[in-house]
Amino acid sequence: MIDQLPALIIVAPLLGALLTPIIGWRYRQLCRPCALMILVIPLYASCGALLQVVRTGPFGYNLGGWAPPWGIEYRIDYLSGLMLVLIAAIGLLAAFNAKPGVKMDLRGKEPHFYTLLLLQITGLLGIVITGDLFNIFVFLEISSLSGYGLIAHGEDGAPMATFNYIIIGTIGASFYLLGVGYLYMATGSLNIADLATILPNLYHSKMILVGFAFFTTGVAIKMGLFPLHVWMPDAYTTAPSPVSTLIAPLMTKVAAYILIRIMFTLFQPEFSISVVPAATILGWMAVVAIIVGGIKALAQTDIKRMVTYIMIAEVGYIVMGISVMNRPGLTGAILHIVNDACMVFCLFLVIGAISYKGHGREIYHFQHLNKKMPFTMAAFVIVALSMCGIPPACGFFSKWYLIMGTIVAKQWVFSITLLGSSLVNAVLFFRIIEKAYLAPLDGGAHSHDHDREEVVVVRDEAPASMLIPILIMAAIIIILGPLSGKIIAAVIQHAVPAAF
Amino acid sequence: MLEYILAKYNFWIYVVLMMIGLYAMMGKRNLVKKLIGMNIFQTSIILFFVSTGVKKGGATVPILMGHGHGHGQHLIQVADYLNPLPHVLMLTAIVVSIATTGVALATLILIYKRYHTLEEDEIMAIRKDPSAYKTLG
Repeated sequence: MIDQLPALIIVAPLLGALLTPIIGWRYRQLCRPCALMILVIPLYASCGALLQVVRTGPFGYNLGGWAPPWGIEYRIDYLSGLMLVLIAAIGLLAAFNAKPGVKMDLRGKEPHFYTLLLLQITGLLGIVITGDLFNIFVFLEISSLSGYGLIAHGEDGAPMATFNYIIIGTIGASFYLLGVGYLYMATGSLNIADLATILPNLYHSKMILVGFAFFTTGVAIKMGLFPLHVWMPDAYTTAPSPVSTLIAPLMTKVAAYILIRIMFTLFQPEFSISVVPAATILGWMAVVAIIVGGIKALAQTDIKRMVTYIMIAEVGYIVMGISVMNRPGLTGAILHIVNDACMVFCLFLVIGAISYKGHGREIYHFQHLNKKMPFTMAAFVIVALSMCGIPPACGFFSKWYLIMGTIVAKQWVFSITLLGSSLVNAVLFFRIIEKAYLAPLDGGAHSHDHDREEVVVVRDEAPASMLIPILIMAAIIIILGPLSGKIIAAVIQHAVPAAF
Repeated sequence: MLEYILAKYNFWIYVVLMMIGLYAMMGKRNLVKKLIGMNIFQTSIILFFVSTGVKKGGATVPILMGHGHGHGQHLIQVADYLNPLPHVLMLTAIVVSIATTGVALATLILIYKRYHTLEEDEIMAIRKDPSAYKTLG
C-alpha cells in the first residue's frame, strides 16, 4: 500500500471526479463531504512522499511497472514533493471554504463545481508529479479545461473573459506541445531525466534552441508573465469567488514550477545563460512585470482586480529569482512560490468572505469593516504585512533571498525594482487598512450638517466554514516565516542544482 | 532555394497553417471564426507531429519484422520501422483539442444567451453601455 502512494495522489481525485457527479445526481448535499474526504487522500499521500524524499532522497514510481525511458515515470524529488504538499493542502482548504460561496454564486450547481474542482486539482498535482514531458502537457490541459469551465460561471463579463482565456491558454499549451515535438524529434525521448542526459551534446542544434524558445513562451503565457498576462485580470476578477480562490494561487505557481523544471532539470543552467540569453531576457521581462503590475494595481479600486495585478507583479518576483541564476536567487524563487501561493490564497479567501457578506469589493466598501468582520480583517492585515515584507510574516524571507540573489548577480536594477515594489505594496494595502480601521465612525457626518448620530456597527462575521480556512492561512503565513530556515535546510537547498 | 523549401515541405505546411490560425484568432472579430482559427492552429501542430514519424524507403510496422523468421530474437534496427509514438501522442492531443473546442463552444452559447450576438465589437459596445443591448437584440 505504502509503495503505491504516488499513484494514489493522482488516482484518488480523478476517481473522485467520476464519483462526485454520480453521488450529486441524487444527493446534492453529499458532494462536498465526498470531495473533502477524497481530497484528504492526496494530502496524506503527498506528505508521505515529501517525508520519504527528505529521509531517503528523490525516488521514482513506474506506472504499470514499465521502466522509465519507455514507460511513464512519476518522479518525486525535493521540489515536486514541496509543490505536491502545497497544492494538496490549498486544494483541501479551498474545497472546505467553498460551501457558502457556492451556495450563493453557483446555487444548484454543486456537483458541477466539486467535479471540476477535483479535476483541477488532479491536473495540478499531475503536472508536478510526472517525469514525462508529454504528460505535463496533458495534465496542463486537464487543469486548464476545468479552470475554463469553472470561471465561465462567474459574473457579467465572465463568459467573454473565459473565451479569451481559452484562446490564449490554448496558444500557450500548443506552444508547449511544439516544444515537446522538437525535443522529441531531436532525441527520441520524452522522459525528463532521460532527456537531461541526452541533451547536453545537442545544445547547439537549432532544433533544441527552437524547442526551448517554444517551451518558455508557452509556459510564460500560462504563467501570466508581463506582456502575455492579458487574459489574467478579467478571468480571475470575474470568476465566482470560490473559483478564483482555488485557481488564482495555484495555476500561475504551477506554471512557474514547469519553468524551473525546464530551465534547471531538463536543461543545464548554463544553457539559459551562455547558449541562449534566456536568463537575461526573462530577468528584464520580470522587471517590467513588477513595475507595470504595481502601477496597474495602484490604478484599481476593485480589490479583486487589484490583487490580480499584484499577482502579475509576484510572478515577476519568481521569474526574477529564476533569472539571476544563483543559489540565493533560486532559493528565493522556490520559497516565494510557496509563500505567494499562501498569501494570494488567503487574500482571495478574505475577499470571498467579504463579498459573501455582501459588502462589495470597492475600496470605499471597506469602511468600518474592522468592526463588522474583526477576524477576517485581522487576517487581511497579516497578509498585507506579509506582502509588504515585514519580518515575522513569510513574505519578508523570500524577498530577502530574492534581493540577496540580485545582489550576488550584481543586477542593481533588479534589486531596486524589488525594493520599490515592496513600497508600492505598502501603499496598496495600507490605503485599504486605513479605510477599514481609521475611517471616522460617524461616516463623515460632520462635513454635512446632519445631527451627529453615532453609526451603530453590528458585528457580522463570515460563517465558520469560511472563517476557519482564513484563520488557518493567517496562522500559516506567520508560522512559515520563522520556519523558512528549516524548510530551506530540509527541502529547498536540495532542489537547487548543485552547480550553483 | 526551391529545393531547400521542398526538402522540408512538411514544416512549411505546418508553419503556414499555424500562421493562418494565429491570424484568424487575432484578426477576426467573430468569435466562432476565432474558434475555427484555434482549431486550425491545433491541427497544424498535430500534422507536424505526425509528419515527424514518417520514414521513407521500406520502413514498416515494428511487429511485422520479427514474424516468419522463426529462429529466436533478432534485433530490429531503428531505421527499419516507423515510430508509432508520435501518432499515439497525437491521439491524446486530438482528444485534448476536441475537449477544448467543446468547452469553447459551450462558452459561446453562454455568451450568445447573454448578449444575443457573437461579434466581438458589438459585445464590447454592449458591455460599455448596456442600453445598446435593446437596439441590437
